[in-house]
Amino acid sequence: MSNLSVNTGSGSWEVVIGLEIHAQLATKSKIFSAASTAYGAEPNTQTSVVDIALPGVLPVLNKEAVHMAVKFGMAIGAEVADRSVFSRKNYFYPDLPKGYQISQFDLPIVGTGSIDIELENGEIKTIGVTRAHLEEDAGKSLHEDYAGMTGIDLNRAGTPLLEIVSEPDMRSAKEAVAYMKKIHTLVQYIGICDGNMQEGSFRCDANVSVRPKGQQEYGTRAELKNINSFRFVERAINIEVERQIDLIEDGGEVVQETRLYDSVKNETRSMRSKEEANDYRYFPDPDLLPVMITEQYRQQVKAELPELPEQKQQRYMDELGLSAYDAGVITASLPLADYFDVVSEKTADAKLSANWITGELSARLNREEVDIQHSPVNAEAFAQLLKCLKDNTISGKIAKDVLDAMWNGEGSADEIIESKGLKQITDTGAIEAFVDEVIANNASQFEELKGGKDKMMGFFVGQVMKMSKGKANPAQVNELIRSKMK
Amino acid sequence: MSIDVDEVTKIAKLACLSVNEDDVQSYATNLSNILDLVAQMDEVDTSGVTPMSHPFDAVQRLREDVVTDFDRREDFQAIAPKTEDGLYLVPKVIE
Amino acid sequence: MNSNYHTKTVTELSAMLQAGEVSSVELTRYFLDRIKSSDDKLNSFITICEQQALAQAAESDEKLKAGNAPALTGVPIAHKDIFCTDGVKTSCASKMLDNFISPYDATVVKNMRAAGVVMLGKTNMDEFAMGSSNETSYYGAVKNPWNLAAVPGGSSGGSAAAVGARLAPAATGTDTGGSIRQPAAFCGITGLKPTYGRVSRFGMIAFASSLDQAGPMGQSASDCALLLNAMAGFDEKDSTSIEKAVPDYSADLNKPLHGLRIGLPKEYFNIKDGGMDAAVEAAINTALDQYKAMGAELIDIELPNSALSVPVYYVVAPAECSANLSRFDGVRYGYRCDNPKDLNDLYTRSRGEAFGMEVQRRIMVGTYALSSGYYDAYYLKAQKCRHLISDDFKKAFEKVDVIMAPTTPATAFNIGEKTDDPIAMYLSDIFTIAVNLAGIPAMSIPVGFAKSSTGETMPVGLQIMGNYFAEAKLLNVAHQYQQQTDWHKQMPEEFKA
Repeated sequence: MSNLSVNTGSGSWEVVIGLEIHAQLATKSKIFSAASTAYGAEPNTQTSVVDIALPGVLPVLNKEAVHMAVKFGMAIGAEVADRSVFSRKNYFYPDLPKGYQISQFDLPIVGTGSIDIELENGEIKTIGVTRAHLEEDAGKSLHEDYAGMTGIDLNRAGTPLLEIVSEPDMRSAKEAVAYMKKIHTLVQYIGICDGNMQEGSFRCDANVSVRPKGQQEYGTRAELKNINSFRFVERAINIEVERQIDLIEDGGEVVQETRLYDSVKNETRSMRSKEEANDYRYFPDPDLLPVMITEQYRQQVKAELPELPEQKQQRYMDELGLSAYDAGVITASLPLADYFDVVSEKTADAKLSANWITGELSARLNREEVDIQHSPVNAEAFAQLLKCLKDNTISGKIAKDVLDAMWNGEGSADEIIESKGLKQITDTGAIEAFVDEVIANNASQFEELKGGKDKMMGFFVGQVMKMSKGKANPAQVNELIRSKMK
Repeated sequence: MSIDVDEVTKIAKLACLSVNEDDVQSYATNLSNILDLVAQMDEVDTSGVTPMSHPFDAVQRLREDVVTDFDRREDFQAIAPKTEDGLYLVPKVIE
Repeated sequence: MNSNYHTKTVTELSAMLQAGEVSSVELTRYFLDRIKSSDDKLNSFITICEQQALAQAAESDEKLKAGNAPALTGVPIAHKDIFCTDGVKTSCASKMLDNFISPYDATVVKNMRAAGVVMLGKTNMDEFAMGSSNETSYYGAVKNPWNLAAVPGGSSGGSAAAVGARLAPAATGTDTGGSIRQPAAFCGITGLKPTYGRVSRFGMIAFASSLDQAGPMGQSASDCALLLNAMAGFDEKDSTSIEKAVPDYSADLNKPLHGLRIGLPKEYFNIKDGGMDAAVEAAINTALDQYKAMGAELIDIELPNSALSVPVYYVVAPAECSANLSRFDGVRYGYRCDNPKDLNDLYTRSRGEAFGMEVQRRIMVGTYALSSGYYDAYYLKAQKCRHLISDDFKKAFEKVDVIMAPTTPATAFNIGEKTDDPIAMYLSDIFTIAVNLAGIPAMSIPVGFAKSSTGETMPVGLQIMGNYFAEAKLLNVAHQYQQQTDWHKQMPEEFKA
């Protein structure tokens, strides 16, 4: 194992990474057929004559797939081609019904653009996007045993993909993840991909190589195929980098090949089967004509783009007064920003909403590895909780307990507060009775307090809160104790 | 342009065709003859000529994003060589 | 009542059906009987659809009775077995699809059915339309009705032989490099290859996608006009289909030809190194004289890149077919080899065992031409040469209205004569291929007979080429000739009765 700290880029090796991200476009129908793209249907029930490649069938391009690709191009300030062409990529595989994949080769719809990522030290780095092209997804091979055979489900075959190819601009696994997350956020913002990585809607191949620091030429790269989580991308790249460095340092040579990341064993291994006949024989698909995009269309799509992450972050800072950090965290995920928008509107308190979402809520989501879309507490329920906090029905401490109960499905904030009797005591008389009792029980400490030992204030407030089971309004408690000191 | 037996084997592999040992030589001869015929193109100067993939300079028409094709698995798999549980079966694919 | 229905054209049968002089069921039964009693001599059908045909005929009779039925209602025809037909075996004359019952209809089949046409059956052809003699069919060679030892041409040889012998009043065909025109010429019938994109390719099993085009094969130009009216039209399922209104192809048939400018490309008449049959050329010249007599002007033109057609075609067509035929892999339909030991074995044996030699040959040529390191030298070069060929026609049509030439350099050759020499076979399409590369429409009409090399008297075809979408003009030019001559009415002795 290498002792070089490759992650930080120190040591004598430099890591070079380029990503090919496959984003399934969120169209209703497939890219070349009118079958549904919905996820999770019974095998082969969402296939048309075109998807199973019956003899004689022909592809017709989905308008929305083109629209979405153009949207992406405009969002990253890329060149969107006047004329792009579909080509056939020829290879035999059982999940590829035609024996070729319709893709784009030398004339992709989206040309060069770029994406800015923020490094850990806060620096901004620009990552080049070489191109993004439209293509069709393949079906799925199910390797569970069907009498010793593999089962083929073609429901996914023909789902539109946008393949986003980066320049080899990333120098660490962390940068690669930051870039991938940035694209992930963006495609959801512009509504072209649902970003669901578990379902394979967003996945990537990573081209990884190493070279001695200072060397101009790139090292030989390995392609890590089909990685479908941010964590695996980071791990796969790091393990591959280690492998390559070890190999070279032991006098070996990196071979250009496709490798598969095994997340269980945390290793990459060669997919020699795919290497054998790697001559794809691309040629323009004679069944499809060139796709022409006018300047007018480009401008129209640009004008219709929704607010992008950076714009939203700026707006949250300018209009809602959020900190750059909070605004950044919230806007890094569209579903989180959508959640925030609902909560902040219902509570009419953006800062409180931001604090609680980036704090208590995010902590729970992270702890349980749940994403915001699957949060057990939805935005409306969460807003209701914050309202109770805001109008002093409950204290901040009680609010955390209520949130836990809501998280566990015990009901709405109101129901929990009601059923557990957590409502904050704001009746001065009741609080005063607690205060008096605490003072009576702690006469000497009270003298110290009066004598100017301010630290004792916390003790008294704490005791009163304890006695009230946390329900007394802390501000009122404070006020009453001070009045008793006079 | 001459294609030898090894090349025929390579092409056949790429095209997923099992070619009989006995036929390889005749394929090699035929393919070589065809390439000789095709070589007449070399005599023409095509510098500056744009490649023509279609008879017309037509533009791709776009289909509205609407689902109009629904489940016909039963029809489709009635003509399939081997299926189970709605899946097409092939010999084990090793990754 | 005259029951010699096989001596009638589609135009005549249509009139009789509309007038109630004959029912569709009666006609359909007549032709089914004729096929059953005579096709063993020709082998022109792969599938006969007796039940469906009679059911369709009965339906048509209802429509005829109800009135206002379209012109072709109740007319029985045959479809080339390259068109997918719902619920009916669609083999493309290959072992690969011997067990393939299509679950959908080709647009052509659908359009024809909507026009009231009855489908008698599916005609034999060269396997996957790859061939010029109909000898590559898995179902055996088709014979020429004029001489049973000769080929009917290909790839639409079954359709041409069936119409030539009047086993069907008309048939559909497809033409990638001459596959309608060459067999039409060999069998003495009229065939039209429309402009690329005029007729939908959806459901027509692809050979070379940028060249394939379906068209009618019949006894006369006026029949072809009626059939094309039903076949043609924009299809949203075919991206290469042209969004252009379909004219009534019968409307202009009777326009006089006075002042028609006919171009005669010198490259099609002065073949230096043999090949061109003197008797064929003589028949063509007689036809040209006839046109002159009808008021047309004959103008010498040049198509300087004609010689490139065959080389270019034998790169483009195999390249496209090599990918088009990849879907035949033994997984979802069609032939699957016995006991495949692994996936590769499944692929290579299913394909190796079920594709014939010519198909495999073309797949290999195409695979080679597209492979890494050769793409520029072959495919890209061919696409450039294709542009030159196409430009030749563009220039020519600035000066002339139509171009005429022989459809083939010689009459039908004998079965087995060219099977061992693919190059000789390819060169028999030398006059028809350029049209497909350019995408323009062209016809072949019978203009007489010539003695073949074996001394048989065989039909000669005149090819009429037109500019893009000039189908109506071609049909007009052909029809006017057929008004003056009766070559198209000749029937082979063997099938007269």
